[in-house]
Amino acid sequence: MIAHSVFFYIFSLIAIVSAVMVTVSKNTVHSVFFLILDFISISCLFIMIGAEFLGMIMLIVYVGAVAVLFLFVVMMLNVAEQKGQWFSSRWDGGTHIPVGLLVSLIIFFELIIVIGGWKYKPDLLNSLSVNISTEVTNTRSIGNILYTDYILLFQISGMILLVAMIGAIVLTYRERAGVKRQSYVKQISRERDEGVDLVEAERNKGVKIDA
Amino acid sequence: MDSYFSILFTEVYKILFLLVPVLVSVAMIVWLDRRVWAFVQKRRGPNVVGPFGLFQSLADALKYTFKEIIIPASSNKLVFVLAPVVTMTLALISWAVIPFGEDFVLADINVGILYLFAVSSLGVYGIIMGGWASNSKYPFLGAIRSAAQMVSYEVSIGVIIINVLLCVGSLNLSDIVMAQQNLWFVIPLFPMFVIFFISALAETNRPPFDLPEAEAELVAGYQTEYSGMMYAMFWLGEYANILLMCAMGAVLFLGGWLSPIDIFPFNAIPGPFWLIFKILFLFILFALVKATVPRYRYDQLMKLGWKIFLPFSLFYVVLTSSFLLYFDLLPGK
Repeated sequence: MIAHSVFFYIFSLIAIVSAVMVTVSKNTVHSVFFLILDFISISCLFIMIGAEFLGMIMLIVYVGAVAVLFLFVVMMLNVAEQKGQWFSSRWDGGTHIPVGLLVSLIIFFELIIVIGGWKYKPDLLNSLSVNISTEVTNTRSIGNILYTDYILLFQISGMILLVAMIGAIVLTYRERAGVKRQSYVKQISRERDEGVDLVEAERNKGVKIDA
Repeated sequence: MDSYFSILFTEVYKILFLLVPVLVSVAMIVWLDRRVWAFVQKRRGPNVVGPFGLFQSLADALKYTFKEIIIPASSNKLVFVLAPVVTMTLALISWAVIPFGEDFVLADINVGILYLFAVSSLGVYGIIMGGWASNSKYPFLGAIRSAAQMVSYEVSIGVIIINVLLCVGSLNLSDIVMAQQNLWFVIPLFPMFVIFFISALAETNRPPFDLPEAEAELVAGYQTEYSGMMYAMFWLGEYANILLMCAMGAVLFLGGWLSPIDIFPFNAIPGPFWLIFKILFLFILFALVKATVPRYRYDQLMKLGWKIFLPFSLFYVVLTSSFLLYFDLLPGK
């Protein structure tokens, strides 16, 4: 049990320190790397409480895909300079500090509510409609309730993500003229008749080729 | 606490027992790769150091250790040094869950296949870190290419894994192998096996998908600024990843440690050898592909991943599940 708590404190310490470093570090790319470290240590904590499926999915989805896209954005757009401007007093007519304070206050109160709710955890556990059994693996138990009791919510969240994705594509898509695209069908179905054109060339004038 | 650490120490020798053969076989596999490549092109390949040139990789490793490690002045030093370490570590830790036989596995965890998938999706970070920290154009372009490529092909590998899991009903790798006792999944899921193989080529940045290090365009991609042992670690990590992908293919589709037919001369050979044969078979296919196929263009690569592989494997998920449902073969009831 002692070893268990030793590991718990190691992982949670790493998680907290890296979460602080995400906001503190000057270099934005370093921020993203700390964010990744944070995700990894949190998924280790998930595995330690026996939620191995959640831990692995956290690694695959957040670290393997979402954080890669974060890194992309941070590396491609030069966010480093903007970040410096953000917290200086003036940035395009107005400081962001009041908004930041508001958001952090909301998050703070939410955290207090969550921690307060922890007190009622035994009541909550008893009132759950699903009984948690330790015999089946948690992959199976998540599957059992996700696709039966909560199928509607699951489908709706999927739909919301799909709509968000399509929205992002529609917003950023613009038709560009003069782009040459490869079409395999067109290439393969090209025949001699349409590919070759026999032209009677006039002497000293050549042939005019129109594209 | 004492018992915990005594378990830890007994595990350490098991880990060494696994890792040392893996590292040695990575060195051998580099030699095999070059020999197969040379064989296809009617060359001799490395044949000087040792019998048949077997010790070529050792000689190379010795050369790398004595070369100077150069850290570019304008690079981000910590990340620059960490990148090859990350690549190498991630390539090695995934071997913990590969089952070499019944009860012959380091960590028989419930979510083995997810663990493999998660670790292979982390593999992209070594490359991105190396490319970004070098603070130079070619490595950065190589890293960006590689990240986009690996993220795209992971999606189709994920969907292919779902196909296999539908037939097994468990995420445990040993269960996946045991479910193939009567029929290897390569037969009912043959199209998925082909797509898995091609995606594995893209995932490990092998030719014809080696755009991250396309030497005609990007010098050596993300590895351009690396030298000496740090380059060698990238290189070893890459080959360890290739071996791992072969092992994953063998476990998912070719029945892992099981012998092809359960009769005398075949089932007398112990399971680990069968797994090694299968890994070698897949690796030789990898090497043959490298020797024969020209490099893809980048837009073709993306088109193949997103517009062909992903829809087709999604369609196959529907096909597999409806087949299993119709004939009442769904496992784990």
